[in-house]
Amino acid sequence: MLEVSLTKRLWHFTLDVQLRVANQILILLGPSGSGKTTILQILAGLLNPDEGFIKLNDRIIYSSSKKINSSPQARNIGYLFQNYALFPHMTVRQNVSYGLKCQNKKQGESTVDPVKILDSFGIGHLIDRYPGQLSGGEKQRVALARALVVEPELLLLDEPFSALDKNTKISLRQEVKKLHKHWQIPFILVTHDEEDAQILGDITISLENGQCVGNSLKVVVAS
Amino acid sequence: MFMQEMDWRPLILSIRVAIIATVVVTCLGVPLTRLMARREFWGKDFLEAAITLPMVLPPSVVGYGLLMLIGKNGLLGKTLAELGLTLVFTWYAAVIASTVVAFPLMYQSAKAAFKSVDVNLEKAARTLGASEMRIFFTVTLPLAWPGILAGLVLTFARALGEFGATLMVAGNIPGQTQTIPTAIYFAVESGKNVMAKTLVAVITVFSFCVIFWINRWAKKQKY
Repeated sequence: MLEVSLTKRLWHFTLDVQLRVANQILILLGPSGSGKTTILQILAGLLNPDEGFIKLNDRIIYSSSKKINSSPQARNIGYLFQNYALFPHMTVRQNVSYGLKCQNKKQGESTVDPVKILDSFGIGHLIDRYPGQLSGGEKQRVALARALVVEPELLLLDEPFSALDKNTKISLRQEVKKLHKHWQIPFILVTHDEEDAQILGDITISLENGQCVGNSLKVVVAS
Repeated sequence: MFMQEMDWRPLILSIRVAIIATVVVTCLGVPLTRLMARREFWGKDFLEAAITLPMVLPPSVVGYGLLMLIGKNGLLGKTLAELGLTLVFTWYAAVIASTVVAFPLMYQSAKAAFKSVDVNLEKAARTLGASEMRIFFTVTLPLAWPGILAGLVLTFARALGEFGATLMVAGNIPGQTQTIPTAIYFAVESGKNVMAKTLVAVITVFSFCVIFWINRWAKKQKY
C-alpha cells in the first residue's frame, strides 16, 4: 500500500499529487512535460517535494511536517529508467547483482537468485554480455530484473515501452502484467501511450486534464 | 668512451619529478574536479579560473609567481625558512613547478570525463541501495576512467617537459635540480651536441612509447 500527498512547484505549474495505491498497476498518463517523471523521482527520493508525505507499507519515507526524508538508498523502491540506465561497463550478471551487493544481507538471506530471475525472463543466455550488445527488449528485461532482484516494495516504471518496436512492446506488456501478479507490489507506470493504460492499468490517471484546469495538477485516487 | 661522457642523472630526476607530480595532480585533481563538476558554490567560477590560469600564462610568469610564494622571502617560503626548510633550488621545487603547470590539464580532462557520465546511472545505483562512496568507485570512476587516463598522460608529458617555471624555481644544478629540458638547453648552449642529441632521442622515444601503450590499452576496453 502506497499513500502519497505532496506538492511541488515546477517551472510553469504546481504539482499537487494525492495517491492511494494498493497492490495495483497505476498508470500516470500524460504528454511530456506534464510532470510524470518528476512524480516518480520524488517517490524514489531523487527529488525533494516542497511539502507533503509519502507512506509505503506503514513506513513513512517522507514527511515535511515530521521532517522525515529517507534517502533513495533506504526507501526500497525499484526504479526502471526510461533509457534503462544499465551500467555499460558491467555484464548483465554484474548489473543484476549490483543491488544485492549493496545490501548487507547475509548469505542465503536473499530469496532472489540473479541467475534464476534472468532465466525466468528468458535472457539467461545473455548473462555474460554487456548492455551494448543487447537489443532494446533485452535491455528492458535486464533492467527489470535488476530492479526486482532487491525485492522492492514498489516499482516505478518510466516510459518502459516507448523505445521498443510494436511486437516487443506487446510481449513486454504481457510480461509486466505477469510480473505484477507474481510480485504483488504496487507498480506505477508513466506513459504517454493510451494503449499501455488500456492494457495494463488497474487505475489510470490522466495528467493532461489536471494541468488544463487552473494550471495545476490534481491527482486524486481512492482505491 | 661515449657512455662515460653521458650524464644520466637529468633523465632519472626528470622521470622522478614527473611521476611524483602526476601522482600529486591525480590525488588532488580527481576528487576536486569531481566536487566541482556536480556542485555549485559561491566563488566556483573564480576558483576554476584560478586553477586553469597556469595553462595559459607564460611559464616564466608562473615561475615568478612561485618564487614570490616559496622563495626565501616569499609568503610561504619565509615561514618554511623559519622552520629550517628551503624549497627553492631543490628538486622539490621542480615537483611543485610541474604540479602547478600540469594541474589544469588534469582538471580539464577529468571535468569533461565526469560530465560525460550519465547522471541516471548514479541515480539508478542510488535506488539499488548503493552508498555514495560505492557509486563513485563502481560507477562514476570506472566510466570516467578513459578521460582521467587521458588527463594522466597529458599531466605526465607536461611535467616531464616542464622548462620555464622549473628553471626559475629549481635552477639548473647538475645532479640536483637539472632535468632533461634544462640539461638539453644548457648542453646546446655549451656546445655539448652529443649530450643534447642523446637526451632528445631518449625523451622522444620514451614519450612516444608511453602514449602509444596507453592508446593501445584504452582501445582494448570492452564496452
